Amino acid sequence: MKTSRIAASALAMSALLPLTASAQDLSVTVTNLTHGIYFTPVLVAAHEDGTHLFQQGQAASASLQAMAEGGSLAGLVTDVINANGTYSENPAMGMLAPTASTTTTLNTDGTSNTYLSVVAMMLPTNDGFIGLDSIAIPTEAGTYTFLLNAYDAGTEANDELLNPGAGGAPGVAGIPGAPGGDTGTGGTGAAGADSNTMVHIHRGALGDTNATGGTSDLDSRIHRWLNPVAKVVLTVSNP
Amino acid sequence: MKPMIKKSLVSVLALGLLVLVSGCDNDNDNGAGRYEISVTNLSNNQPMSPPAWAFHDEDYMGWEIGSAATAGLEILAESGDASSFVSEARNHAAVYTQRAADEMVLPGQTQTYTVAFRHDGGLQFTLATMLVNTNDAFVGVSGVKISDLATGEERTYMARAYDAGTEENLETAATIPGPAGGGEGFNAAREASDKVSMHSGVVTNSDGLSSSALDQSHRFDNPVARVVIRHL
Repeated sequence: MKTSRIAASALAMSALLPLTASAQDLSVTVTNLTHGIYFTPVLVAAHEDGTHLFQQGQAASASLQAMAEGGSLAGLVTDVINANGTYSENPAMGMLAPTASTTTTLNTDGTSNTYLSVVAMMLPTNDGFIGLDSIAIPTEAGTYTFLLNAYDAGTEANDELLNPGAGGAPGVAGIPGAPGGDTGTGGTGAAGADSNTMVHIHRGALGDTNATGGTSDLDSRIHRWLNPVAKVVLTVSNP
Repeated sequence: MKPMIKKSLVSVLALGLLVLVSGCDNDNDNGAGRYEISVTNLSNNQPMSPPAWAFHDEDYMGWEIGSAATAGLEILAESGDASSFVSEARNHAAVYTQRAADEMVLPGQTQTYTVAFRHDGGLQFTLATMLVNTNDAFVGVSGVKISDLATGEERTYMARAYDAGTEENLETAATIPGPAGGGEGFNAAREASDKVSMHSGVVTNSDGLSSSALDQSHRFDNPVARVVIRHL
């Protein structure tokens, strides 16, 4: 036990040296903190400095737009692969329900993937997503907690109208689905195009209490949220 | 490997502590601490029930996202009565000291409490208080580590609102115990989800929920309170 402790400390120290490639085992747990919002398949990616899945105040990439509007990870995964990233796709094997958690591991051994990003779409929203944008992975072994905000991709009007399936395609209006089965119909549209078309902090859902009309298909008692909406617990161990 | 070793060491230590705590109520414990707690209500119109707190080690958790609230937390979050929450803490082997304040913390007010107790290290802090003009919202600080707080040092925590998940957020006068409703507090029935989550805020009658006893003044956003711990 003593020997491995010393070995671990030595490794941790060497990881602090800037020129050595890091050798790290990462465990990442994502928790949905909301009362009534589901997350689509989660993408957890370790990558180099300068790589981003999204950035606040910047326009969404086509890949991010596809994720934020329809939950598709295909484009972002291709981007991560092209950037030589280390990633885990869909660890929850589907939707992450309100208050549920999912855990995945990444081994960045032999890479220079020392930054971490996490994204998933929020349902039911038009283009809302949870995001952790490129945080430097601590080199010291330990457990680190990050609280995530809800972002608006800025790519689709928050009309809050259900458009099952079809609404998930980039550029197609509407919310692709409501896993909780608790939305309404017949809304007239809660909002037009975003004023801010860059990625920005989501202003939240409006909703209403009219299940067959009103402006929104969302329920104001169920589909609102306050930040933070997700928790990421990162455990770093230096093998 | 390292975290596992660390964890097992910690567990061994924790076990040792439990034995110590249960074994002696005398003055031969190895730590004595005096701490000052300040709670500021940052909301606009959500009086906070008398805050309850516990100083404890890592084996106590007042609540956990995704798990059902304890009966004590349910009563606190639905009615503002902290006595059962405090009793649960008192009966928990990992809690060094626990108490509830006597008075509410009104919007804009700061209340300060001084606590002196003995402990065996690994010190963490938990605090909970109800937003009384809600169905079952509580503001909390959960298991923050304060063992590294040197004498004379203080640390600030911005506290967020949780939903106890035990009562539906109807917002009707009959179900809001605070001054906005004057209705029922605790009710043993639990809502279907029955899981602690972060709170989604109140809708209010100013924003389309006509059956709500709340108005725009009762809306809140995170953080809802500021909690400062000072090691005296």
